[in-house]
Amino acid sequence: MAFENLTARLGEVFRRLRGKGKLTEADVNEALREVRVALLEADVNLKVARDLIARVRERAVGEEVMASLTPAQTVLKIVYEEMTRVLGGKTSRLDLGGNPPVPLMLVGLHGSGKTTTAGKLAVFLSKQGKFPLLVATDVYRPAAPRQLEVVAGQARVPFFFLPGAPPVAIARRGLEQARQQGRDVVLIDTAGRLQVDEELMAELVEMKAAVAPRECLLVVDAMTGQEAVNVARSFHERLGLTGVILTKLDGDARGGAALSVQAVTGCPVKLVGVGEKLDALEPFHPDRMASRILGMGDLASLVEKVEAAVEAERIRELERRIRTQEFTLDDYLEQLKQVRRMGPLDQLLGLIPGLGRAVPQVQVDEKDLVRTEAIICSMTREERRDPSIIGASRKRRIAAGSGTTVQDVNRVLKGYEQARRLLRQLPDMEKSMKRGGGRLWR
Amino acid sequence: MVKEGWPTSSWWKRWRESLARTRDNLVGQAARWFAGARDEGAWQELEDALLTADVGVDMTARLVRAARQARNRDPRQALREEILGLLTAVEGRLELPGPLDVIMVVGVNGTGKTTTIGKLAHRLRGQGKRVVVAAADTFRAAGIDQLAIWAGRAGADLVRHREGSDPAAVAFDAVQAARARGCQAVIVDTAGRLHTRVNLMEELKKIHRVIARELPGAPQEVLLCLDAHTGQNALQQARVFLEAVGVTGIVLTKLDGTARAGVVVAIADQFRIPIKLAGLGEGIEDLADFSARDFVDALLPTPD
Ligand SMILES: Nc1nc2c(ncn2[C@@H]2O[C@H](COP(=O)(O)OP(=O)(O)OP(=O)(O)O)[C@@H](O)[C@H]2O)c(=O)[nH]1
Ligand SMILES: [Mg+2]
Repeated sequence: MAFENLTARLGEVFRRLRGKGKLTEADVNEALREVRVALLEADVNLKVARDLIARVRERAVGEEVMASLTPAQTVLKIVYEEMTRVLGGKTSRLDLGGNPPVPLMLVGLHGSGKTTTAGKLAVFLSKQGKFPLLVATDVYRPAAPRQLEVVAGQARVPFFFLPGAPPVAIARRGLEQARQQGRDVVLIDTAGRLQVDEELMAELVEMKAAVAPRECLLVVDAMTGQEAVNVARSFHERLGLTGVILTKLDGDARGGAALSVQAVTGCPVKLVGVGEKLDALEPFHPDRMASRILGMGDLASLVEKVEAAVEAERIRELERRIRTQEFTLDDYLEQLKQVRRMGPLDQLLGLIPGLGRAVPQVQVDEKDLVRTEAIICSMTREERRDPSIIGASRKRRIAAGSGTTVQDVNRVLKGYEQARRLLRQLPDMEKSMKRGGGRLWR
Repeated sequence: MVKEGWPTSSWWKRWRESLARTRDNLVGQAARWFAGARDEGAWQELEDALLTADVGVDMTARLVRAARQARNRDPRQALREEILGLLTAVEGRLELPGPLDVIMVVGVNGTGKTTTIGKLAHRLRGQGKRVVVAAADTFRAAGIDQLAIWAGRAGADLVRHREGSDPAAVAFDAVQAARARGCQAVIVDTAGRLHTRVNLMEELKKIHRVIARELPGAPQEVLLCLDAHTGQNALQQARVFLEAVGVTGIVLTKLDGTARAGVVVAIADQFRIPIKLAGLGEGIEDLADFSARDFVDALLPTPD
């Protein structure tokens, strides 16, 4: 699969780049060739990829390699920063300002997921204490209004449609209806259309003028290819988009369209769809998206974290212990404390290219964490070093000391045992990773 | 006049000859260089055209490499022939031997399955066949109503259960109904599903199994709808759906837009799945047999 290839290929190039003081143009070009391939394989538009790479090259050549980074990481860091910048830098939010009812329009190609997204938005906003109204204006696709009506029922939000009326009139009346019923947000679902369909694009322009939406959101399928730029540009030119919603991100598409769309419209992705259920709508994280597009695990944040370097020593020590298998309850606690600063161990391991997928996902719950910490803190030093001495009476003491139950103590011991077993598998993986190239961890 | 036997004459002649050769060489070299430069530019342009048409990095590189070695020296023509060769090999037609054929339509969400079924039912009706459509998308809101409207337009019978019911049972009933009523075709609509959803792919396999058990040899066709706007992920879709339910043909939808769907070249190359139909709009008539030549014309137009 392309995914593994890229990691291996970059690893290959970057191994050669290792251990030099300044990045030369040749180094950078070689690395960027691989990055270009990665971007194109992820469906980033050719022109967008070229522009991005040109900017990276400009910044990277002659760049001093920081002490805490390899040359490879230095190049990647710049790629990551440029990508994140195009992707909007930070997580953006919907703008629901202005006098209620605040209208919102969803537009896009056929089958991009507008109707489902309208339902998700209704749920999302209801949870924030809003009172949305769903308005169907797709009079073309068979049963489209009915689909939104069903979705509205599932979202427990009222629904508006006027059979026989033209879309613009429906939108206008929907807005009035919301005003009368005291709804504060109006979600207008529109029919899917091709950006070159002059008649239907004109209809949207007219609708926009009629209802003056606070947000005009382009709904884009994450699987979209090169054409995403033309689609987005046309919609933006005609309608003045305010944001983008990326759908079907729960699949395995790398989602380069996100970068393309933002590059040509300058509009942020505000939300992403991650499933068919109505609660599967999440905020968009530019940094995660950059990593996903590059197909490299969360490498970019690894670079940042390593760069922060405050924890670097500790990570190295942890890694050493992982390798030498002397992972005690103290380490376990240390790791749990780091969870708050840096994300849990499984995430940390996920940051290592090539390893992320090999490690089973461990769910870490914040409440569990507090309890676990209390329990470990109630153990004696010997107990922490050698948990096998903890018998029934010690367990009772620890439970009492930490204000928990014996079951809780058992759970912690089991969790620790699991983590240890998980970590014991690592040295082998590391060897295989070395064989496969692509070890960027230092 | 140069005197015969003059010592320099042979030298002179040789010099003149070599000069001529050099000049030929130089002119030839320059001409070749210019042609080469022009060709290089052309290759670059063509490569860009393929990449922006979603052909993909690997496939583009391979096509260009092959075309550079081809007999035809015109880059564009050479490349067109290369692609045409690949696509002609997979240009396919629906194979409906009768007397009762089952067509199962699958694909990820929103690719145009239900619309295609409406168009297809209409086409088969036009051939005088009695058609049953099975509303086995029991999941998507109003999916059944959408199909019901298409069935009405096409003049096909509809078999439906309640929303949320077992899709395999709908398919089963549809096959039975078709047999009982003496129909010639059953078209089964299925819910859109991401190929990464293991349990939903299992559900699809079950529908397939139930149909196969009910009618030996069925389903005669398993059509995968691919949206022309999809990028490289279409390869994954093709791979997984092919493995799960043995896709027999691809329907390329939304070709009336600006997307050129170049990824099917790679799909043709890797999986050899026949491409059978093309969706060209939202109307009931907007369904055409896939034409490799038309496709290549859109992908790499010949300059006139
Ligand atoms: N322009 C154009 N639009 C199409 C074509 N085929 C389908 N559509 C539109 O694409 C949208 C989705 O089509 P559907 O037929 O509902 O797709 P589906 O695959 O059944 O969708 P789900 O059942 O939700 O997965 C609708 O708006 C259709 O009108 C086509 O060939 N061209
Ligand atoms: Mg459908």
